[in-house]
Amino acid sequence: MSTEVQHAEPGFFRKYLWSTDHKIIAMQYLFTGMAMAMIGGYFAYVFRMQLGFPNQYVPGYGIVTPGRYNALVTMHGSIMIFWVAMPVLIAAFGNFLIPLMLGCDDMAFPRINRLSYQIFLLSVLVLLSSFLVKGGPFGGAWTSYPPLSASGAYNLTPIGATLWLLAVALEFVAFLLGGINFTVTTMNSRAPGMKMYDIPILIWMIILANVIFMASVGPLIAGAVMLLFDQTMSTGFFDPTRGGDPLLWQHLFWFFGHPEVYVVLLPAMGIVAEIIAVFSRKKIFGYKTVLYTAWAVGFLSFVVWAHHQFVAGIDPRMANIFSVTTLLISVPVTEMVFLYIATLYGGSIHLDTPMLWALAFIAEFMIGGVTGIFLGSSGTDIYLHDTYFLIAHFHYTFVPIAIIAVFAGLTYWYPKMFGRMLNETLGKIHFWGTVIPFNVIFIPLFITGIAGDQRRVYDYAQFAEQSRPALQHLRTTSTIALLVMLSFQFVFLFNFVWSLRSGKSAGANPWRSTTLEWTVPSPPPHGNFAVLPTVYRGPYEYGVPGRADDFFPQDIPD
Amino acid sequence: MSATAKPIANTRSATGIPTARLITWWVIASEIVIFGGLLASYVMHRISHPEWAESASHTLTWAGAFNTFVLLTSSLCAVLAHQAADAHNGPKAAKFLRLTSLGGLIFLCVKAYEWTIDIREGFVLSSGGFWSFYYTLAGLHGLHVLAGMIIMLIVAADAAKNRELQRVECIGLYWHFVDIVWIFLFPLLYIAR
Repeated sequence: MSTEVQHAEPGFFRKYLWSTDHKIIAMQYLFTGMAMAMIGGYFAYVFRMQLGFPNQYVPGYGIVTPGRYNALVTMHGSIMIFWVAMPVLIAAFGNFLIPLMLGCDDMAFPRINRLSYQIFLLSVLVLLSSFLVKGGPFGGAWTSYPPLSASGAYNLTPIGATLWLLAVALEFVAFLLGGINFTVTTMNSRAPGMKMYDIPILIWMIILANVIFMASVGPLIAGAVMLLFDQTMSTGFFDPTRGGDPLLWQHLFWFFGHPEVYVVLLPAMGIVAEIIAVFSRKKIFGYKTVLYTAWAVGFLSFVVWAHHQFVAGIDPRMANIFSVTTLLISVPVTEMVFLYIATLYGGSIHLDTPMLWALAFIAEFMIGGVTGIFLGSSGTDIYLHDTYFLIAHFHYTFVPIAIIAVFAGLTYWYPKMFGRMLNETLGKIHFWGTVIPFNVIFIPLFITGIAGDQRRVYDYAQFAEQSRPALQHLRTTSTIALLVMLSFQFVFLFNFVWSLRSGKSAGANPWRSTTLEWTVPSPPPHGNFAVLPTVYRGPYEYGVPGRADDFFPQDIPD
Repeated sequence: MSATAKPIANTRSATGIPTARLITWWVIASEIVIFGGLLASYVMHRISHPEWAESASHTLTWAGAFNTFVLLTSSLCAVLAHQAADAHNGPKAAKFLRLTSLGGLIFLCVKAYEWTIDIREGFVLSSGGFWSFYYTLAGLHGLHVLAGMIIMLIVAADAAKNRELQRVECIGLYWHFVDIVWIFLFPLLYIAR
């Protein structure tokens, strides 16, 4: 069929910008996400400098005014979640790996796939254009609570607020299109012989994430339309003086917002599962149990959202219920972590860079999980919610997901993506240079948070009851650690670019893995497989007795 | 792969459900949540604001009822189109699809007439909570009717040449969904007092 069609080599535009090839679209998502990560990281640098060294000139930015500070934190949050974590974790890895791991030549609907990226790119452009309008980008926090977000008189960024809302809505549409395509491809386009429980865990996780996303984002899309009308057409959906209800937005937002945490967590967990199996040369301990826990997480994620609203004046009886469900969800997540640790137990562990990242994910994410218990319990949450404790907790979950797991995946699949190995020494320097400062950034913030440092304050000296000069050294420590962490990212960038040309040639299967993407040349050619594979067994057959190799690829007959 | 050739991934069916029908169901599922969120917000507001019943009494119930009839009839045409496509009669399927989108056109014309009267009486998007929901819900639904019509005409153009007949069923499914949303909107916006 199509693969036999002879055709001329397409030009640059058709090959890289207008392509329907899932691998090119994956690269488009990856590089767009990396570029956005640099912008989001730059914003973190600017506002952390303001907090560490208040009201001093920030090199590369200038003086941070209160209004600018609000815009910086809003954009940092929005960009890192919607334009870094989702495109890289789900869209880039999903696009690259789903057809390869399932043994087919492309997505089921390649042109919908291309459309998905184009709408995503449009959302990026709309967001970036808000940096240029009068008033600057939106400054009403990434959660965009009305009435602050509904009125330009309150948030002082009337145009930026509307552009932000449009950009987020477009981004949702892009991920709905992409996610539906992923789901249909996985359900229908698997290689012959690949049964439901022969699908690699990462693919399961990406699909579950997409189903959770699809089931939770609808109300927020509706809410975005309502908020857009409140901003631009003087309706009063969220205005209590005109029969509206500002709490409604919080419900619509968090009904999406909390499942969203698991939308990004599950693919990260999937990446880690793949890597742990390969680098401990062991079968995943309890493959089906991993899936059951993931389903339990997915289900429970829909009944925890109001724990974000304990301080928003909800009925205390409701707060009790949501405390219980929130604590319940830690059970399946913990079970999943135990299964990963059980996989490591007795394995032949190879500490290559991807494995270091995967192990760091488990360690750091556990700190995030354990500190979450204090925020999920409504009693303690009322004290901690508006403090830096919450910031530190959030970043102990989200940095492992969006940064550590992404680096795990990138270092692991880089040879497949580009045909060459990354430099191991540079990789390890980058690893330690990221993970150690990461802890030094956020452990001080747990302490300042417990001491009472409120978030959303641009300069503590301006508020007598907030001042606490004794804590300033912790704030400064956190900022300096951030500078160190950011500067080590240049090591990664250098390694990434240098290895493209000068890295060691990778060969088809440098890690000696069993899954189908490693049976094709690196990088995979157009159409992926010369002969489409048939699958004979599950994805984690490592340490198989009675074979010359210690692994048994999925596509080799018995 | 050239622009029109389909990848092998598109032709496989591990579930036994044709890929086109499968993706249509997923699209409908995602739309259900969007309308569900908006409708749930409306219903909760409506329960806590009994005074909105006064606003609701100004809606043109007869126009809504006529539109319900139009949409249900057009859905019948969509079913007949599907039947014709199953019998590999592309031109006949195309004819019924065009009739279906004619139903959509009538629906939108009645809607435009109705909104004109509402607006002349001074009821606009920002005239109060009920009217905000009224225009938002019906407007979002109207956009779906319009999108369905356009897609249906494209599918009909292919079907007339006996191409891509599996799409006739899919657009029909989508049209039934749009129809069912209206079945929820009509009583909640026009009849509920």
